[in-house]
Amino acid sequence: MPDIYIARSSAIAARILAGEMMIMNSADSTFFTLNEVATAIWQAADGRTPLSQIVREHICGQYDVEAGQAQADAEQFVADLSHHGILLVSDRPFAPQASA
Amino acid sequence: MSLMIEAGQKAFDLGVPIAVHLDVTYRCNERCVHCYLDHDDHGEMTTAEIKSVLDQLADAGVFFLTLSGGEVFMRRDFFEILEHARRLLFVVKIKTNGVMIGAAEAERLRALNVDTIQISLYSHRPEVHDAITKLPHSFERTVKAIRFLRDHGLRVTIANVLMTANLADQSGAQKLAADLGVHYTLDPTITPMMDGDLSVLALRIPGEELEDVFRNPALVPNQEEFCAPPKPPSDADLEGYSCSAGHSFCYISPYGDVFPCVQFPLPTGNVRRQNFLDIWNGSPQMREVRSIQARDLTTCSSCSHVSTCTRCPGLAYMEGNMRGPSTADCEKSFYRTGVPTANMLQQGLSRPRTTAPLVQIRLAAASA
Repeated sequence: MPDIYIARSSAIAARILAGEMMIMNSADSTFFTLNEVATAIWQAADGRTPLSQIVREHICGQYDVEAGQAQADAEQFVADLSHHGILLVSDRPFAPQASA
Repeated sequence: MSLMIEAGQKAFDLGVPIAVHLDVTYRCNERCVHCYLDHDDHGEMTTAEIKSVLDQLADAGVFFLTLSGGEVFMRRDFFEILEHARRLLFVVKIKTNGVMIGAAEAERLRALNVDTIQISLYSHRPEVHDAITKLPHSFERTVKAIRFLRDHGLRVTIANVLMTANLADQSGAQKLAADLGVHYTLDPTITPMMDGDLSVLALRIPGEELEDVFRNPALVPNQEEFCAPPKPPSDADLEGYSCSAGHSFCYISPYGDVFPCVQFPLPTGNVRRQNFLDIWNGSPQMREVRSIQARDLTTCSSCSHVSTCTRCPGLAYMEGNMRGPSTADCEKSFYRTGVPTANMLQQGLSRPRTTAPLVQIRLAAASA
């Protein structure tokens, strides 16, 4: 699968509470909490770092998980958040202003 | 338990200030008959000071930010403040009278992804609303603003303060909100003015009228549960505490004074002289508020309503004791259930007193 780039939507509100990210989508007031691993991906979603590099550096480097499994889980997580409009996904890096 | 309630409980347990109400000004273009504020500017925080406070609040973990006043749009830099707040990823709620909101402002608010706009509206009749705000044509301008905001896809809530002047118009105002397609909330609380003037308390609706409000299915759909006699409190009820003031919520005035709540005028520090987190974590007053459990409450700990009462510690403080009863809430508990409160029984009352001897404390003086 070609690499993808992820950026946080500017329409959302977000804050860390006790190590977990709270996210509110202002469009429909849907509320999410991310676990520690998902929070690490979220925080690294700068629109310019490929997802594979995020997984390698922020997941495999920090947690005891097999690389292929970590990449698959990250792709599923990204697809879920993208579906809710709180992560933007592209096959090329975002322009700097696209990232929150 | 919903995820948001779970997060709120976690913040409460950890002592994280998850929500803050910041009044950016006390200036206002209306002069509402029930308002407790002094509308003169005694030196409100500058744009830079407010931005610095917002930076500190974000670092402290604040997620839900309410920007209010006075009238927020009386500040020419309001959008600059709002843009900064959204850059810091707060969930922003704005309280306004809407008078200065046109199509352009509504569009900017939408572009900034504001979560909710709460607008004060006191009646469906222009003459009643304008008589309360003392601003001619304010009804027309406020309703126009609501339409602009709604048409731009913003969530709008009409907030109606119920008082003697508009008691008869409650259902009309509620219907207007439904016709406009926006939410509606009602609050019967009137507090003394900041200079100690108690005359506004005469606007409070008589307690007997509360009974009608509570028994109105259009306002309270779950009648049976809401008006049920109180159950005996459990140990967990007595060890806990139901109000978030000072636990996971606080209020900051336009002059930088920090209080446990907008309705709890206990000075705890000032962000012009201290870091917000130092006040939040270190203020003896905040710590005192945080130390109170239901079992510590004088009178209320032995009250049958203790586990379900909406007792406001700020109103109790204004009556003279933050651990004491809040008479206004005793009144609500009684008229909601028909069961007398311990405070009433102690005073030998079969019906609640209608006027609580509340005293407001002048806040601006604390920072002068």
